[in-house]
Amino acid sequence: MVEDSSGKDEVEQKELFASGHRGCAGCGEMNGVRQVLAAAGPNTIVANATGCLEVATTSWPETSWEVPWIHAAFENAAAVASGIDAALTQMKKRQGINLFAFAGDGGTFDIGFQAISGMLERQQKVIFVVYDNEAYMNTGIQRCSSTPYGASTTTCPSGTCSVGEQHAKKPMAMIVAAHGIKYTATATIGYHADLKRKVKRACELEGPCFLHVLAPCPTGWRHDSADTIALSRLAVDTGMFILWELEGHNLKDIKLSRKPKERKPVIEYLKAQGRFRHLMNRPDEQAKIQKQIDEQCAQFGF
Amino acid sequence: MTKITLGLVARTPGASKRNKTGGWRTLRPVIDETKCKKCWLCVIYCPDSAMKKGKKSSMPDYDYCKGCGICAKECPSKCITMVEEAR
Amino acid sequence: MMQIMRGNEATALAAKLCRPNVIPAYPITPSTMFPERISEYVADGELDAYFLLAESEHSAMSAAIGASATGARVCTATASQGLALMHEMLFIAAGMRLPIVMAVGNRALSAPINIWCDHQDSISERDAGWIHFYAENNQECIDFMIMAFKVGEDKRVYLPALVGLDAFVLTHTMEPVDVPEQEKVDRFLPNYEPHCILDPKNPMTIGALGTPEYYMETRYALQKALMDSSAVIDEAFLQFGEAFGRTYQRVASYKTADAETVIISMGSMTGTARVAVDRMRAAGKKVGLIKISVLRPFPHKELKAAIGNAKTVAVAERAISLGYGGPIYAELAGHFVNDAKRPFLTSFVLGLGGRDILPEHFEEIVAKSEKALAAGKMEEMPGWPGLNREVL
Repeated sequence: MVEDSSGKDEVEQKELFASGHRGCAGCGEMNGVRQVLAAAGPNTIVANATGCLEVATTSWPETSWEVPWIHAAFENAAAVASGIDAALTQMKKRQGINLFAFAGDGGTFDIGFQAISGMLERQQKVIFVVYDNEAYMNTGIQRCSSTPYGASTTTCPSGTCSVGEQHAKKPMAMIVAAHGIKYTATATIGYHADLKRKVKRACELEGPCFLHVLAPCPTGWRHDSADTIALSRLAVDTGMFILWELEGHNLKDIKLSRKPKERKPVIEYLKAQGRFRHLMNRPDEQAKIQKQIDEQCAQFGF
Repeated sequence: MTKITLGLVARTPGASKRNKTGGWRTLRPVIDETKCKKCWLCVIYCPDSAMKKGKKSSMPDYDYCKGCGICAKECPSKCITMVEEAR
Repeated sequence: MMQIMRGNEATALAAKLCRPNVIPAYPITPSTMFPERISEYVADGELDAYFLLAESEHSAMSAAIGASATGARVCTATASQGLALMHEMLFIAAGMRLPIVMAVGNRALSAPINIWCDHQDSISERDAGWIHFYAENNQECIDFMIMAFKVGEDKRVYLPALVGLDAFVLTHTMEPVDVPEQEKVDRFLPNYEPHCILDPKNPMTIGALGTPEYYMETRYALQKALMDSSAVIDEAFLQFGEAFGRTYQRVASYKTADAETVIISMGSMTGTARVAVDRMRAAGKKVGLIKISVLRPFPHKELKAAIGNAKTVAVAERAISLGYGGPIYAELAGHFVNDAKRPFLTSFVLGLGGRDILPEHFEEIVAKSEKALAAGKMEEMPGWPGLNREVL
């Protein structure tokens, strides 16, 4: 029996994401969803792509969702959400409802790409949130265009002739921003106040909005389940993941959300995860990654 | 077993609560009430909605806590200890 | 009121009359005129609907699902490759029991790419759980679209429904059509009352994971609803007759009473078959014609009743299940296989990829069927009337 009262004067908000789901212990995505829903509130509808989040939270009749929720297929969260936006608008029920599309990086960067572009171009009032754990986790850790250079996955494993993922991470949020939409932002679960502010901003602006949320995965990244939140901050503090936001379409208006006073060397991030373990005896590859990150951060002025 | 609904729509929000994931854990978080500053970071960061705001301190919901250890790691007051689950 | 119109215009007009809330669409030959006409209605204020121009057919059906789950009445149109692209979403729409209505401009499937008429596109989706209507003419295009909303949204049914209309032969050909009056359609078609809805005031989870414990029963329930919808369709056809003066049947018979050989047909080629039957009757042959207007649920009882005591049944189809033969033939044969008394069944594939169907083809079908009956089997299974063997 848990006592249900708070010493703080915060308004006690009903939990919109129930316990009992089958996410791994320490799952970054599950925590991300809790944070996003807490910021959005109960006047929310979610269209969810196939993936860990969908599968682990809706094994019928068990559902963790305490907001209206629909899952149709893998590549079309944005298209399903477009239909919901259309129906709500036409039936004059749109006012005040936060309409989200949730997807993993698979359902966003790769198979979900077309539907997202279409939704953004049509300027539908949808807030697309990608919970990015940098691989197709639900099917067992296969590479995605979101997988960072040098990471080992089951379809780009490290080996005697392979450094793991060969390609740089697709700049998804920048591609989205180029569409010219209401609001594009990157965020991560470990900087919760920043994430909350960005979710609330998206809800104010209605859409189209896009939130790229980095969500570490203990199972796929091979780190201790306790480190999920800390690792998401380390990604930002090393410059591996940059927190920024943009309202409107003028790329010159991109605002950096967090500039680390002194960027930590990327090796601290890499050595904390089993998916980069094969790089530990490869100082050449470590230097390559550091250089890539230095260039990436230079573009943002740090 | 539950009777199926039309289109297998799950009409009871939060029905996952019947699945007590507390049985998963090998470690359990223990709160030192005297040190807890009620910052509620552990409540924010729990992936399982398994840390609740109590009158004196945060309170783990042991029915669902999977023992991931995020709360203990993130607590700025270092008042959460992960102890081995009793047999 | 009588108007001259193309099949596409008929389906678009039917859509307008049924007052849909959301129409997501993507153009494809031969159905392109449907979204074009809808966009004109909306632009001129004649139709109060949200017209969503999706960036692909897969997204169009996905948006249709999202809209329908939000409680909107939804319809769309597509054909051929577009329908094939929607494949997974068709199963999903049916599995979620969302009564989306779709006009399908029946067109051949690639490869080779071909924009002309056959039934391969919707026949290839017959397993998906949708109700299938097939129009013989443009009057049926408008009437079956209205029926599709009525039946699909019925609380005993809750299933999506498609209306097939032959590419170019119907979609682009002008015919006189008696346009139902708006007030009558409003009376015939009540408001859509969904069984589930995305509404923050009453949160539901739609599209959950169906584990092995529950999936099979959910499938069983869908199958039962689809099979039982035949009674709802019959009821609705009668009501339609009372309201609009045209009474349809899921299976219609022409000169079958004393027929020795009957032809089974579907779609616009039925008109040509009717001409052929009249010719053969004039020449003394006891031939009859059966038209399938609703293929799903499969009307086996009605087909058997229409076949009656005919000795030979020739199934003529505009599609082929590659690696097997005629799909409708196979489905019909499956219903006769255990009967002590059963007709001799023959199978013919014709009119693929827009190959023109002529009365002579039906005469060939009857002749070959009679020959097969005598010989105890068909020379070639299926037969291919109209095939140009010189270019093989």
